[in-house]
Amino acid sequence: MSAVTGITPTSFPNPATEWHLPSRGKVAMAGLIIAESAIFTIFVVAYLFYIGKSTTGPTPQEVLETPIFYTICLLSSSLTIHLAAKALERDYRRLFLALLLLTIALGGLFLFGTAQEWHRLIYQRGLTISTNLFGTTYYSLVGLHAFHVTAGLIMLSLAAIFGFIGRVGVDQSGRVAVLSMYWHFVDAVWVVVFTVVYVLGR
Amino acid sequence: MASDAITVPVGQTEARPWVDELHQWLTTVDHKRLGILYIVSSLLFLAVGGVEALIIRIQLMHSHNNFVSPEVFNQMFTMHGTTMIFFVAMPVLFGFANYLVPLMIGARDMAFPRLNAFSFWLSFLGGLLLYFSFVGGSGLYGAGSAPDVGWWSYAPLGARAFSPGHSSDYWTLALLVSGFGSIGTAINIIATILCLRCPGMKLSRMPLLVWMNLVMAGMVLLAITPLSAAQIMLLIDRYLGGHFFDTQAGGSAVLWMHFFWIFGHPEVYILIIPCFAFMSEIIPVFSRKPIFGYPVMVAATVCIAFVSMSVWAHHMFTIGMNSYANSFFTITTMVVGIPTGIKIFNWIGTMWGGRIQFKTAMLFSIGFLFQFLIAGLTGIMLAASPFDWQLSLSYFVVAHFHYVIVGGILFALFGAFYYWYPKMTGRMLSESLGKWHFWLFLIGFHMTFDVMHIPGILGMPRRIYTYEPGRGWDTLNLIVSIGAFIQAIAILVFLANLIISYFKGVRAGNDPWDAWTLEWSMSSPPPAYNFATVPTVESRRPLWDLKHPEDPDSRYE
Repeated sequence: MSAVTGITPTSFPNPATEWHLPSRGKVAMAGLIIAESAIFTIFVVAYLFYIGKSTTGPTPQEVLETPIFYTICLLSSSLTIHLAAKALERDYRRLFLALLLLTIALGGLFLFGTAQEWHRLIYQRGLTISTNLFGTTYYSLVGLHAFHVTAGLIMLSLAAIFGFIGRVGVDQSGRVAVLSMYWHFVDAVWVVVFTVVYVLGR
Repeated sequence: MASDAITVPVGQTEARPWVDELHQWLTTVDHKRLGILYIVSSLLFLAVGGVEALIIRIQLMHSHNNFVSPEVFNQMFTMHGTTMIFFVAMPVLFGFANYLVPLMIGARDMAFPRLNAFSFWLSFLGGLLLYFSFVGGSGLYGAGSAPDVGWWSYAPLGARAFSPGHSSDYWTLALLVSGFGSIGTAINIIATILCLRCPGMKLSRMPLLVWMNLVMAGMVLLAITPLSAAQIMLLIDRYLGGHFFDTQAGGSAVLWMHFFWIFGHPEVYILIIPCFAFMSEIIPVFSRKPIFGYPVMVAATVCIAFVSMSVWAHHMFTIGMNSYANSFFTITTMVVGIPTGIKIFNWIGTMWGGRIQFKTAMLFSIGFLFQFLIAGLTGIMLAASPFDWQLSLSYFVVAHFHYVIVGGILFALFGAFYYWYPKMTGRMLSESLGKWHFWLFLIGFHMTFDVMHIPGILGMPRRIYTYEPGRGWDTLNLIVSIGAFIQAIAILVFLANLIISYFKGVRAGNDPWDAWTLEWSMSSPPPAYNFATVPTVESRRPLWDLKHPEDPDSRYE
């Protein structure tokens, strides 16, 4: 019955001007981040619980090298995507594209660094996911993070492609903001993973 | 009423070809249709899970029975548990949430309709994948066997060495896939409730069903994901040579238990909180009084959600934790009973002084109140770890959780069916068939699950495929099994009611129960777009305000 709207609200403020609800993209991304944080927490708990419990094989102290350069790359990419989103809000499309490409490059560099490290660990130090408990927890945790970086890079690249064909303007700045939320989350997870694996774990 | 007059073009008055209709259903993104798909698919899995339960009960009817082999028995209780939790209870509750939440908040659909459809089909595919194991899984005993590791697949039983073949993988993957579907739905529910409420519907004016689904969705995000993480770890162990749960390499089987129960305990609260939601909508309407203590109901639900995240190891009292850990989990488990008790008092307070109408939906709700209370009390008994040391892994535990799930969740669900079926289909369910359903199911339920506590106390363990005669368990198990068959008959009456009433039921108007929330303001079934004009609300009971303009709720809130 449309008669529900027959009530003329006398006490209620004019809905058009005073009824504001949060954007659904941001709420949904916040929900996804909460869920993914729970997944990462479980892997981090397993990693922490299993520190020092391997019965054989190389220890973290023996084989790990702290990836400072690549960490700086990833964390700077958070800054660049933040600036990119801000640029898009002000309709500086070319600046947005440039910063977005820089973000993708920095993220890609981080993944390259991870691949390089894994190559060294597997072929020079003999550490695989099945070597020992440290190998299992290390590759699982870092690998889960790298998987999320990859997914983020794919989404960023899609945004860049759309940007190049001219489909990304001020009206899309909300969606880019949601994407940048995800990217910040990926960076924050790396801060935790880095601390747990390369600082606490050794 | 002018906006209700929609002219139907002449060409559409003919019946559509069935292929077209099927295509509409398979590709729908409408929350109402997806809700019905969730509910119907869960009823299918209910029938299958019920058959598995009957096979278990026939096998246990008397000592030294050999109706099924021990191997098949293990598959039966594994599949029964997994099916009922993941492919009956969760989907049917998501289905009701999908159907009702947008209607109750004055929205035209969920926040992300395509994600909604994707989540449903992931969920359904997970169920099909689990059952494909009967055909495809090559387990320990040869080709074509379902998982037989219990619905919790404790380590190291789940490891490659002890569960060769693929039957256990079907379990893992089915839950991983449907888990992602659940997470998608939860994100959708939260975004819908926070972002799509109609003007005037502040959070403090939402129906309690909406509040509780919001809390449930938040819990899904935090509870299902640990299970997904544990499943990934199990797959890494089984297929990549990982050592997460491999004690010989330094791993820990107990860690699997922790991860599983960090999921498993909040999961049962995820199942019960939407049932609290149904009760909070049904009991007021059939008591002709608004819910007693709305703010406290919200606060208690949020409390339950938080505290329930801290009780998981009460499933692990017997594994050898130290006394500090045991005491901690005993205390938190008892504490979670307090907000739950508050809610029960509020429902009673709602009925007190009201004019009770004993429609079938209300009968099931009253049954819920009694049975959920008793189930909660046996839960508090089990919370005392010394008591649990005697009764863990016995039929007392089985009786307790079935009392909650069948006596609580299923009764509340039946109430919800009888209450909202008219809205979904435009026809009333038959009250006389409904009463047959209720009384038969009540008798069968109590015959089975009241009696089941006793073999537990007498020492009958769980997960055994047969038992010795002369222990005093035979007659009791026979009674339990007979009760199960009575429940099965009652379910058949229910299914018959659903089907017959669809074609022959009395036509329901917009508002057959004289209720107060927005879903009753439109036709039954609602039009595809829900609201012709988005409503504006001024109180918690917008339809009461409409029907009683001389005494609106907005004057008192």
